[in-house]
Amino acid sequence: MDFGRISRRHLLQGGAALTLGAAAGARPAFAADTTIGFIYVGSRDDYGYNQAHAQGAAALKKIPGLKVVEEEKVPETDAVEKTIESMINLDGATLLFPTSFGYYNPHMIKMANKYPKLRFEHCGGLWTDKDPKNAGSYFGYIDEAQYISGIVAGLTSKSGKLGFVAAKPIPQVLRNINAFALGARSVNPKATTQVIFTGDWSMPVKEAEATNSLIDQGVDVLTCHVDGPKTMVENAARRGAFVCGYHTNQSALAPKAYLTGAEWNWEALYPKFVKMIAAGEGIPNFYRGGLKEEIVKTSPYGEAVSAEARKAADEAKAKFLSADGFAIFKGGLVDNKGKTVIPAGTDRGQKDPELEKMDYLVEGVLGATS
Amino acid sequence: MADGSIGLWTVPLAVLGGAIRVSTPFLFVSLGECITERSGRINLGLEGTLVMGAMSAYGISYLTGSPWLGVLAAGITGALLGALHAGICSLPRVNDVAVGIALMLFGTGLAFYLGKPLIEPTAPRLPAIDFGWWSDIPQLRAALRVNVLFLIGVVLAPILYWAFRTTRWGLLIRTAGESSDAARAMGHSVLLIRLRATMVGGFLAGIGGSFLSLFYPGSWNEGLSSGQGITAVALVIFARWDPLLCLWASLAFGGAAALGPALQSVGVTSGYHLFNAAPYILTLAIMIVTCSPKRTLTGAPAELSITR
Repeated sequence: MDFGRISRRHLLQGGAALTLGAAAGARPAFAADTTIGFIYVGSRDDYGYNQAHAQGAAALKKIPGLKVVEEEKVPETDAVEKTIESMINLDGATLLFPTSFGYYNPHMIKMANKYPKLRFEHCGGLWTDKDPKNAGSYFGYIDEAQYISGIVAGLTSKSGKLGFVAAKPIPQVLRNINAFALGARSVNPKATTQVIFTGDWSMPVKEAEATNSLIDQGVDVLTCHVDGPKTMVENAARRGAFVCGYHTNQSALAPKAYLTGAEWNWEALYPKFVKMIAAGEGIPNFYRGGLKEEIVKTSPYGEAVSAEARKAADEAKAKFLSADGFAIFKGGLVDNKGKTVIPAGTDRGQKDPELEKMDYLVEGVLGATS
Repeated sequence: MADGSIGLWTVPLAVLGGAIRVSTPFLFVSLGECITERSGRINLGLEGTLVMGAMSAYGISYLTGSPWLGVLAAGITGALLGALHAGICSLPRVNDVAVGIALMLFGTGLAFYLGKPLIEPTAPRLPAIDFGWWSDIPQLRAALRVNVLFLIGVVLAPILYWAFRTTRWGLLIRTAGESSDAARAMGHSVLLIRLRATMVGGFLAGIGGSFLSLFYPGSWNEGLSSGQGITAVALVIFARWDPLLCLWASLAFGGAAALGPALQSVGVTSGYHLFNAAPYILTLAIMIVTCSPKRTLTGAPAELSITR
């Protein structure tokens, strides 16, 4: 099978070179040789993480001259290296978006070293100065949107018990849990957020069981950080609990139960990236932003959200959008084991790299990271 | 209690609820596989059948508005996949395990391909019967919301047990599984018996799949099965090809799957990876306890390719 693939690859390479040559004359400057590759860990229409990226890719397809190639369900193993190689060698991709967290190290780094002239953009907060210069990571401070979800949840919950169905205790997930809990406690200091880790990004039966267990504990507003929130949203709504969405807007699944949600806004960001390349300035290796930079957004409020909750949430949003911004993780922050994790007097602003290493759950979160 | 919480009672209740909610696909697949293996064939493709069943049930329920038609469609899809397996295995020198693995990949791949447009829409679900009406504890009522398919499965297990022992068909299936020569000497076509047994097995596995997409977790997506079909096939081996033991084993697996999330919800948070692995640890433990180097697997049909 292996030698068969090589000959096929050479054949296709030749074909690709021919079409490229033919197209070069007709197309405008940058677009002619720009093929962009997107790699997803799951299905591209999962109502979640991958769908959000696919919506961003779809926005790129609308730009004339750009070619987008996509591959779904690529596991976080050396399979992703093979996919990257084939996108480069067969499709001529020059800009690659391996979107899943586990693709970065060692797989994407290895590929970036092997193909120094191509550009690799990874979704997550992992790029450091030691990594190749043609690699970069971009991420949105979606915890800002989670903080707002937390405010709405805290003011909607009757029991003061909120639930969070999470995949794995990695920094980005913990940051979302903590932001959600802090948002809720900013309006209801007694609110607790119970977290359940399912162990992996897509475990529908575990997610449904986690949702049911949380509701059995008296939780009446739930949110999640898993790849496809559909299971949690539908099962929680069936039990009569309220939900805050994640990744994309899930209000169509449970119109009465859906309060608001933290959504990605990749369809705004990816065209910006392409413009940066076209203008010759390149994409910064470490690209970040939140609500203000339009990398994340919140879902429109559902019908169950009270006027009081809308007002509190809108006020918080205005703070995030203001020139000074707003720090969710303020000095004097205590974790749920009683340890002070941020010393008093030093607010950690959104861009603080310390937050990318988060390994604690804040006071008010019931659960543990291991 | 005043705040609607039931504290530590969540754990046994979740295990009970999980045994009812999560076990049904295990139950149907293992009963189906039990019939197939008793006839002397292993169909490892039931993972693919389960996923195809889930997808076709969801699709038909969405298109026709009737979840019961979806269940029927899932069964028919499963029977067709079973017929395919049996048909290929009827050819000389074909290994049923290898065909099963091929069909597992084929079934899941086809289901993902055809199921693409079904991930977003919401299809009508199967109704639940409220067995908790006598209780005013909402958690207990939720745990006792039982689907008819679960009840059918529970009734089916003793019926199969009885049928294997006392009916003509049960005897024929067992004869084909124990000694194909004997079945042939009696004037029966072994291939035909196995074809029917594999089709019935596929039919049941397909219905198990419809439970996943139409009742619990209750929607179609690609991670839906995450290996439950293959677990159920393994479950038949440690249930010693006995339908009644299949029932208990399925209930235990369902309960074990609920254990991890339930323990976390009451604050037992250390080692949740271990609790999430509970079903697999259970499998290993039972295998170790019941296996003996001194004898072969008791109850194993003699014609199975793994025992032959």
